[in-house]
Amino acid sequence: MTLVIRTVRITRRGAVRLTQLFLLPVLLILLWWWYSSASASYYMTTPGEIAATFVEVWFSERFFVDVLPSVGLLLTGYALAAVLGTTLGVVLGLSSRMRATAEPVLEFFRAIPPPVLVPLLMLLVGVNTPMKVALIVSGCIWPILLNTIEGVRSVDPVLADTCRCYGVRGRRWLTTLVLRSASPQIMAGLRQALAIAIILMVISEMFATTSGLGFSIVQFQRSFAIPEMWSGIVLLGLIGVTLSTLFVQVERRVLRWYDGVRAAARDE
Amino acid sequence: MLDVNGVQKIYRGKDREVEAVRDLTFRLEEGELACLVGPSGCGKTTLLKCIAGLLKPTSGSVEVAGKAVTGPPRDMSVVFQEYGRSLFSWLTVQGNVELPLKEKKLSKERRRTLVTEALEAVGLADSARSYPWQLSGGMQQRVAIARAIAYEPRVLLMDEPFAAVDAQTRADLEDLIRGLWQRFSMTVLFITHDIDEAVYLGQRVLVLSSSPTVVQDDVAVDLPAERDQLTTRSDQRFTELRARVYSEIQNAKNGQAASAPAAT
Repeated sequence: MTLVIRTVRITRRGAVRLTQLFLLPVLLILLWWWYSSASASYYMTTPGEIAATFVEVWFSERFFVDVLPSVGLLLTGYALAAVLGTTLGVVLGLSSRMRATAEPVLEFFRAIPPPVLVPLLMLLVGVNTPMKVALIVSGCIWPILLNTIEGVRSVDPVLADTCRCYGVRGRRWLTTLVLRSASPQIMAGLRQALAIAIILMVISEMFATTSGLGFSIVQFQRSFAIPEMWSGIVLLGLIGVTLSTLFVQVERRVLRWYDGVRAAARDE
Repeated sequence: MLDVNGVQKIYRGKDREVEAVRDLTFRLEEGELACLVGPSGCGKTTLLKCIAGLLKPTSGSVEVAGKAVTGPPRDMSVVFQEYGRSLFSWLTVQGNVELPLKEKKLSKERRRTLVTEALEAVGLADSARSYPWQLSGGMQQRVAIARAIAYEPRVLLMDEPFAAVDAQTRADLEDLIRGLWQRFSMTVLFITHDIDEAVYLGQRVLVLSSSPTVVQDDVAVDLPAERDQLTTRSDQRFTELRARVYSEIQNAKNGQAASAPAAT
């Protein structure tokens, strides 16, 4: 009897969760469907058509020629920015003198919108994959760098004293004290950087290239392949959602202690 | 075992100097348990940091086992008041206790023995795999104490370790400290602002003056070695000692010299 009740309860809870997840997307798709079928515009495509085109266009050779290289580019640039940003951030976070020297310059570079670097990078690096990676790095690195600096600076002095008393230094000091203390801020920086990376990946492929997701979308638009263009945009959205879902999974593991500390503080 | 010779600490700001500690001299014999009490703001924490090698005194010196302290000495461990901030939230209880031992390059088996023994000694054997934030305040401070003991120190410094826990937990922890001190035969310097606690715990109570700090009085606590929260605290002698330390602290606040300097 109780088993039945429990099963019913779990099913009901699952149903509520599913409704919460899918209610708004379904409504939006229906709205879109109604609007696009009522509209006489050539540029509005119904979701049904987009879905059919999506399968046709992307479940093909294009997946290997355009999608995978773009995602690879994105991840390479992002990973490089993550390594450079945290390394520099730790160095600057630990030394107030270096920070004072570097800060005005950093503020200047940070203020430059990365897309305007495209012409410059094309001249300096050339029109090739390193240029695209460089563009992604140049945009992604700032939130990672600045958040890491903040995180490293906010290492608890009592914990730092504890490490000194017990002779914890060198690599163990860096990984156990500095990086772990700064990890909530580093993760916040990485999360912002991920969104920027996706945007810059698309932009880097819109100039003077012949393959990639960004290139394909522009190409479809120019050749009036409207359903194909829409399907490309949908694909970009799906890539974004997938990456941020993966990110949240990683973040939850890395910051399990942080969530625990905050939950404990709330209970008091 | 622990020699503090004429320690003075002056903090130099932009346009003013603050003399936190003027002239402190005392000596702890091997295996002694001494408590330092003083009015609030008397530079207790400054003194602790000088002894622990975290802060360089302006003049004077500190020696541990005959060696001058220039940085944190290897055979000393410290328990801080802010237990929540001195534990690594991202390490388990076991990980927190084991971390300093890894730095000591002890073998895995030796580390495991020390961690198990220390956690068992503070009554936390069952919480080895928990995280500090899953424990109560008193239990967190026990973790910090276990870490200090597992380090196998010859000198244990404690900086108002029970100031932030509730009264009942505090009584338990006081008895724990006396038990550990007897079991592991360490030299213990216990800093507190609580007079009762100082008299209950110590073999000796050093009373500090207000800042700039000197040693106001040195009181030997001639209570029996076996102490008990109920009987010891209601002992006639306990009340006398408590009154004496109390009046010395009042004198210290009012800036009077000790009535009987270094009396025993």
